[in-house]
Formats: sequence, structure tokens, C-alpha cells
Amino acid sequence: MTEPKITPELVQKHGLTPEEYGQILRILGREPTYTELGIFSVMWSEHCSYKNTKPLLRTFPTRAPWVLVGAGEENAGIVDIGDGLAIAFKMESHNHPSAVEPFQGAATGVGGIIRDIFTMGARPVCALDSLRFGELTDPEVRRLFTGVVGGIAHYGNCFGIPTLAGEVYFDPSYAGNPLVNVLCLGVLRHDQIARGRACGVGNPVFYVGPATGRDGLAGAAFASQDLTEESAEIQRGAVQVGDPFMEKLVCEACLELLATGAVAGIQDMGAAGLTCSTCETAARAHTGIDIDLDKVPQRAPNMTAYEIMLSESQERMLIIVHRGREEEVKRTFEKWDLPWAEIGRVTDTGRMVVRHKGQVVADIPAKMIATESPVYSREAREPSYIESVRAFRLDGIADVAAPVPVLNKLLSWPTIASKNWVYRQYDHMVRDNTVVCPGSDAAVIRIKADSIPPLGGDGDKAAAPEETAVPEKYIALTSDCNGGYVYLDPYEGGKAAVVEAARNLVCAGARPLAITDNLNFGNPYNPELFWQLRESVRGIADACRALNTPVTGGNCSLYNQSPAGPIDPTPTIGMVGLIERREHITTQWFKDEGDAVILIGNAVDRSDALEGLGGSAYLKVEHGLKTGTPPRCDLEKARLLNTSILSLICSGDIKSAHDCSEGGLAVCLAECCISHLEARNTPRLIGAEIDLSDVESSIEKESGALPRLDSLLFGETQHRIVITTSDLDAAKVLARAKLLGLVACRIGRVGGDALAVKTRRGEWRWPVAELHDLWWNSIARIFRNPA
Amino acid sequence: MSIFRFAVIQFPASNCDQDAVHAIRVLGHSADYVWHKEASLGNVDAVIIPGGFSYGDYLRTGAIARFSPVMQAVRRFAEDGGLVLGICNGFQILCEAGMLPGALIRNRSLQFRCEHVFLKTVTRDSPFTRSIPEGRLLKIPVAHGEGCYYADEPTLKRLASNGQILWKYCDASGQITDSANPNGSLLNIAGICSEARNVAGMMPHPERACESILGSEDGRMVFESMIDTLRLARTGAAA
Repeated sequence: MTEPKITPELVQKHGLTPEEYGQILRILGREPTYTELGIFSVMWSEHCSYKNTKPLLRTFPTRAPWVLVGAGEENAGIVDIGDGLAIAFKMESHNHPSAVEPFQGAATGVGGIIRDIFTMGARPVCALDSLRFGELTDPEVRRLFTGVVGGIAHYGNCFGIPTLAGEVYFDPSYAGNPLVNVLCLGVLRHDQIARGRACGVGNPVFYVGPATGRDGLAGAAFASQDLTEESAEIQRGAVQVGDPFMEKLVCEACLELLATGAVAGIQDMGAAGLTCSTCETAARAHTGIDIDLDKVPQRAPNMTAYEIMLSESQERMLIIVHRGREEEVKRTFEKWDLPWAEIGRVTDTGRMVVRHKGQVVADIPAKMIATESPVYSREAREPSYIESVRAFRLDGIADVAAPVPVLNKLLSWPTIASKNWVYRQYDHMVRDNTVVCPGSDAAVIRIKADSIPPLGGDGDKAAAPEETAVPEKYIALTSDCNGGYVYLDPYEGGKAAVVEAARNLVCAGARPLAITDNLNFGNPYNPELFWQLRESVRGIADACRALNTPVTGGNCSLYNQSPAGPIDPTPTIGMVGLIERREHITTQWFKDEGDAVILIGNAVDRSDALEGLGGSAYLKVEHGLKTGTPPRCDLEKARLLNTSILSLICSGDIKSAHDCSEGGLAVCLAECCISHLEARNTPRLIGAEIDLSDVESSIEKESGALPRLDSLLFGETQHRIVITTSDLDAAKVLARAKLLGLVACRIGRVGGDALAVKTRRGEWRWPVAELHDLWWNSIARIFRNPA
Repeated sequence: MSIFRFAVIQFPASNCDQDAVHAIRVLGHSADYVWHKEASLGNVDAVIIPGGFSYGDYLRTGAIARFSPVMQAVRRFAEDGGLVLGICNGFQILCEAGMLPGALIRNRSLQFRCEHVFLKTVTRDSPFTRSIPEGRLLKIPVAHGEGCYYADEPTLKRLASNGQILWKYCDASGQITDSANPNGSLLNIAGICSEARNVAGMMPHPERACESILGSEDGRMVFESMIDTLRLARTGAAA
């Protein structure tokens, strides 16, 4: 077969600049083959090389005594949770594939991240998804939303992983370019950590999983350009098709195999497929790798070396096996009826050598492709819109006169409304570990014996994990990012995403451990968009340092823009925390009639000219405005709030805790009244009588004026949590909170069938059944009665 | 106390197999996996076919599983009077295998549904319901995309007159209503048993409701009914 001649046009079509091509010529000392050009193009694509973000990512704090495998070292980060146990977790995006083929795009996103986790030797035990779409009034958005949710459900449910938390935001900026970020978390023992390293010269290299086809050809390159109608049409074939059944078999087989000790290194074939897995494993182990493509199982006839190397067919793994133990490996694959092939050897040359039909079609120093990709520092410039955002004042905005319809509107707004339309389609209880289901601030799972992979035994007899003692532990997870805040102030917005994630975890009773991030941004070659990226990374890094939650890995997804414009910059934060004792698990909903409601934190930040209304849901929903500097995020306050709330929870007197975020105090209180679900059609509703007049008076005393009513009810001032305690414990908890340095104020009691709020400017009542109906059914209603 | 041995059948894509084993062990009994390629169950007292997607279920849920070697063994075990409980995908497999009448088709919402539901026990005259207190509603989760129970009119009549309908979906007050039905099942049927009463299938997952930390312990009563049945048979045989 004759390969195309390398021309400047062909180089350009591969997304490589003339300078990058020059670097390739220097590395090889000759002109690349067509296959080599393909290999460089995917490995040096934004998606695989992080060439425009590396300098920024280096500013993240990545180390802590509990980080066992840090960012960038392997396929996912691993964090110690004590008693010899650890968790592996990572978040990844599948935005562009989901834009062109929502069902399969989202499904394979789930598949990819699950593989990253079991590649580390961990048993995947839960998933979380963070989604962004345009407005649901648009039929095309409803199609994407339905497809993405269906795809996640299909893959996760069939694989048998509970999808138990996440978030969905709706904003016009995502209309042509939805975001699909999926986090997977796995559990393992320290001695079970597997590495993506081609160790041991002479060791055989195995391929396992379904045959390689032409699907997903160069998907990584596709993810690394702007989404246009033309690119979407051409690239529809770049979207892979997922097979969760196959993934389940591959996962179980790999975990069983790892238990035998026969595996020297393992890596999944994700983006850039065979190319990435071979050169990365060799580069990490400082070895070389030599593979023969004729041995690779192929689904389509006459595939070229280029196609085989760049295919992104799903559910495939590369496994380096200790020489002499091939039989155990074959036995395991055969037990699970999995296709496999021995395709090569580890060498000491440091080169990745690819053979096809008796010819060497690629011969490249592995490190040069895997780690020596070009790195760019892009130009950053503050966008012009920022000035008008900063200048925005509330002067022209009339204060709220009738809060009742406003709260109703906010609770029915799809971004705030219950996401049960989504999570009831996900099996969120499989594996018998889900302690707090979707619908609270953070989901909580327990770790038990069968959460860890099989343990090594004699020879190929892996011990069932159920037979070993594992102390019960609980993991809380959340994902957060208010893209609107980040758009209006990337630095503060980046900080706020981390701080809100941490607040959600402490409300669940968990100590935050670490984060994974998914940086969704526009084209980095646009200085204004790159500024958004740079500033929000600075915010995330500062917040992670302040809260001691290092970044253990993640994903960058740039070029998120459609012909209509770029998305709101969205650095999604996935955070995990540890709960040591069952008694500390806390949920957001009010528990018992008569309990005292306490607001922790300043009701309104008077140092903020916009009193917490900048970038708020209230301004957007009630006034149609997406502007104003978002609420300030004070990291010292955040740290104090977190440690203090945890300390209060550990003292055992806290019955519920819910953080104030979008929609402010009023939405927070409403959610406390209506979010407890007993069973199908059986919410457990409970009202509350709230009196904010003392809060108003103390603000008036301090600052000389009453706060705006809209900022009191709907402002999004940071660092606030609503807790409840029994009436008897209230005084004790208040005293303790003050001792810890918190602002704490008793604002009411739980009970009745309405949320009643009294202020110095009026009293209002919302029957909880009505609030629940608006909040619970709004998204389903849009589908039933599209506008 | 006698300890009974449960076999939990493991198809390649069973994904509630570990949960079933866990639940049985929580109840203080013994549970072992039996791989789908096995032609024998070994010496067991009862069989659970757990939830999942057996062989991927791309054709039809449970359509391929019924041909597996282990299902022949399960069939023989049932023919000898052994207790077999199919949960979710296990229920689908038992219907496909003809060991239970009817079929499970796509939910009427055309969406997967995962949530806690209430079940009303229609008859306590079965090895799967005998220990459920009279009038006690069970709160147990469902998680399926194809759980809408369907059978022709004569079959439904026969099920009703033979007392083969074990559980129906109901609301929190025990009313059998349409809105309490999560999938559109005819007559709100959530679970049935065979004419000989020793084989049962149910869409809800009792193994996910055996510990208070998971929000409900009502699933225990289903397994405890089976255990009480086995205990009675053992003491009966001894006497």
C-alpha cells in the first residue's frame, strides 16, 4: 500500500504548525512516514499533550501526605483514606462527541473514565456527571439533553456503576456546545496500585478487548478544534460506539488478572488508542516498545497502519505481562470470553517501533512523543466585557416587592429545579453502598469489603474481597462550578467553584481530601478566552492551597465554542471527602418539627457593592441580567467555616446542614423543606417559620442601613450554611459556633406545612406542597408542554 | 440456628451479584457465586438470579441467558422443588426461560427508573412472602428500563386465581394506583411466582434494602421468608 506523500497541506490538515513539523523533522532526523505524522498529530493534539495549558497546570498544588499518585503521573490520581485503603478518581470530558452524537458521545465518555480507574487497579464504585446545556425551551437542546442523559444511563446502568451525584446548568452559552464531564471513583488497597508502565525488557505486550475498527479515528484531534457545523458533520464518524457489556468483562478480567501478579503494566486505549497507550507506557518506564500491527485484532478489512494506530475503538486495554506468565493471562481472558492478542515486546531502545506487513511504519523515541510535546505560553488579554461587568451597580434595579412569585420562579428555573428527571434514569443504588442518594449537597457512599478488587492469592486463585475485613468508611462526592461567576470574574469564579465544592462536602460531614478538575474553555488562541483560563486556574490553585485540597488530575477541554460563540468558561471541580464515622453523615433536609434553624455566616456581605447579587440567579431569572461582579470569596473565611462546621457535626448536635448557593437563602431554606424523598411520589415535606428581623437589625446596626430585601432573600453571599439542631441543643450550638469564630444566628424553627418568612419589611408564606411541585416537576413539565 | 446456602448465579454482566451475596451474608447465611458456564449448582439450598445485564442484553433482556449451562441446572433444581428467586434481570431471565409466565417489556416512560417504591404483598401463601407481616407495606428500590410486566388476559386471570401474584406496586397508603406504578406493569404487578410456588421473580431489589443505612430493611422479609421456608422443610424432614 502506498502511503500519501507528506506535503505542507497534509501537515496542516493534521493540525500541526510548520514549527511543530520542524520539530518532528529534528526528532526523527528525516521526513516522517504517514503513520508517524498521524501519531505526532494525535499525541501533540491539545487533548493529549496539554500544550497550551501545561504552564498553567504546573501552578496547581498537587502534593499532600495523603496523595499516593499525583497529577500527571498516571491515568488517575490516588488518595489515601487510611487503613491501607485508597481511592482513585478522575474527571474527564466528552463534550464534542456529545455535541454531534449525544447518546454515544456521552456513553463512551462514561466508558473512558471507568477504564482510567480500573487501569489503576481500582474497582470503579461510583460515577458523577456534570452537565451543561443551552436553554430547555430550545427543541435541539432538549434532544441533546435527552440523548446525553440516556447515554450516561445506558452505559453506567449496564456496567453496574451507581451514578450518584452531579449537576446540570442551563445557559444559552452552551447551546451549540454542551458539556459532558464525568467523574469516576474507584477503591483499592495501597498494594493494589497498578501502573501504566512498560516495565521489564523482553516482557510480552498483550492487547485485550474487541477488535480495532475505523471508529473514532483521530477523536483526540477532533476534540482539539472549534466545533463548526462542517467539523461536526465530517467528524460524526469520529464518535465511537460504546459497549458497556464488553467494558464490564474487560474490567472484571483486568482486576482478576492484576490480582495474580502477572501484570507488569497496564493502560487503557483511550484517546489516541494504541498510539497513546504504547508510547506513554514506554516513556513512563524509560523503555521501548515494539509492536506488530498484523497481530492486532481488526474488525474492518484492509486497515492501514495509520488507521490501526489512530483508531479509538472502545473498551480496549494494553497489558504488559511478566515473561513466563502468559498462560495465566490467557486463561483469564478465556474465562471472560475476551478477544486478546500478543502484539509485541518491551525493548531497551527507548523507541516505539511499529511494524505492519513486514515493514517498519513508525520508529520514534517514545519519550519525544509522549512527554516532549511542544509547550506554548499563550497571550492573555482581559476581555472588553469585564469593564462593564465591574461597572455594574444595582441603582437601576428596583428592590423586590413581592418575594413569593420570585422564589417560585427560581425554584422552577431548570438550573435550580430538582434534577430528578435526570438521576431517576441513573441506577444510583447498585453495589449496595449508596448512603445519601442524589438530591442532597453531596452524595455519600460507604466502602465495604466488596468495594475493593480481588486480592492476590496462590497462583491464579484470587481471593474474593468479601472474605477480607475492611473497616467501614464513607466517601462524599460533589461537583461544582458556576460558569456564570467564572465568566464575570474568572479568578473569583474559579475560587468559588472549589470553595462551594468543599462547602457541599462539609455539609455532608466529610473532610475534603482532593479535587479533580475538568477545565472547559474556548479556543486558547483567542487571548481573551485564554485570559479566562489563566485567571480561573489562578483562582482554583489559590483556593486549593487555602483548603489543602490538592489537584490529583483531570482534563482540559478547550475549543468549546460553536458558531454562536464560546461557552461560559467552566472549570468543573470534582471533590471527594472522607467521613470516618457513620454518625457524622449529614443531609440537607430539615428533620423534625420544633428543631432550631441557625444561619451560619454573614447574611449579606456589606463590603460587596452588589450585596451578593452580582451574577446571581435572581438577576438572571427576575431581571434578565447576566452581569455584575460575583460575590467575593474569602478563602480564610471559607477555611474557618469548613473546619468549624465539621467540628460542630462531629460534636453530634447537627441534624441537617445545607449550603447557600444559587438563589440565596430563600432557595436554600425551601430546599431544606422539600428535598427529602422517601420513595416514588412520596416526598417528606416539612415547613419552617423563619424570622430574619434580628438579622436585618444587626446588619443595620453594623453598617448603618438595612440590606436590600432581594439581597437578603436571594443574594448569593458566600460562606453561608443553614443548619438545624434540636431546640434543646440550640443555645449550646450557637455558643460553640461563636467560640469557633463563626457568625451564627438563630433564625427560626422547623415545622408546619409552609415556609413562612418574616422580615422587617413584610411576611410571606409558601405552602411546601406548592414549592415541592414547582421544584420537582419543572423539568418534566418542559418536556410535556414545550413552549 | 441453621445456616442455609444460597447460590448466586453469575452471568458475565451480572452486576447485582455482589449485592445479593452481601445481603445474604448480612442475614447471617452463606452465599456463593456460581459461574454461568457451570453445569452444576453444587449442594445449595436456594438459588438467586441477580440483576444486571447477563450477556449485555442487546437482543432482549435475558434472551440469551436462558441458554446458558447454569440455567439448565437451575431448571432442574426448580423442577425438584428448590427455591429460585429472580431479581430484576433474574426475573426477566426466568420469564424468557419459560419458568415464569409473561414477559417484561420497556417501561411505559421509555426511560430507566431508579427509585424506592412501595409494595403491597398480595398473598402470604408463598415461600417468598410467608414471613411478611399482614398488611405491612415494603419499601424497596426498583432500577430497570424494562420492568413493565405483560401477559395475555387468560394468563393474568390464571395468575390471579392461583394466587401467583406476590407483590403489587402501591402508594404510601397501600392503594394500588396508576401513579404508584413505576413502569406500567399490568395490574401493577411487581412480582409473581410459579404455579408450583417455588420459583419467583420480582423487579424490585430486596438485596438493596437489607440495612438501615441504605434507607430500608424491608427487603430482609423476602429473604427471611425463603429462610423460614427452608428451615421448616429441614425441621419437617428431621421430624
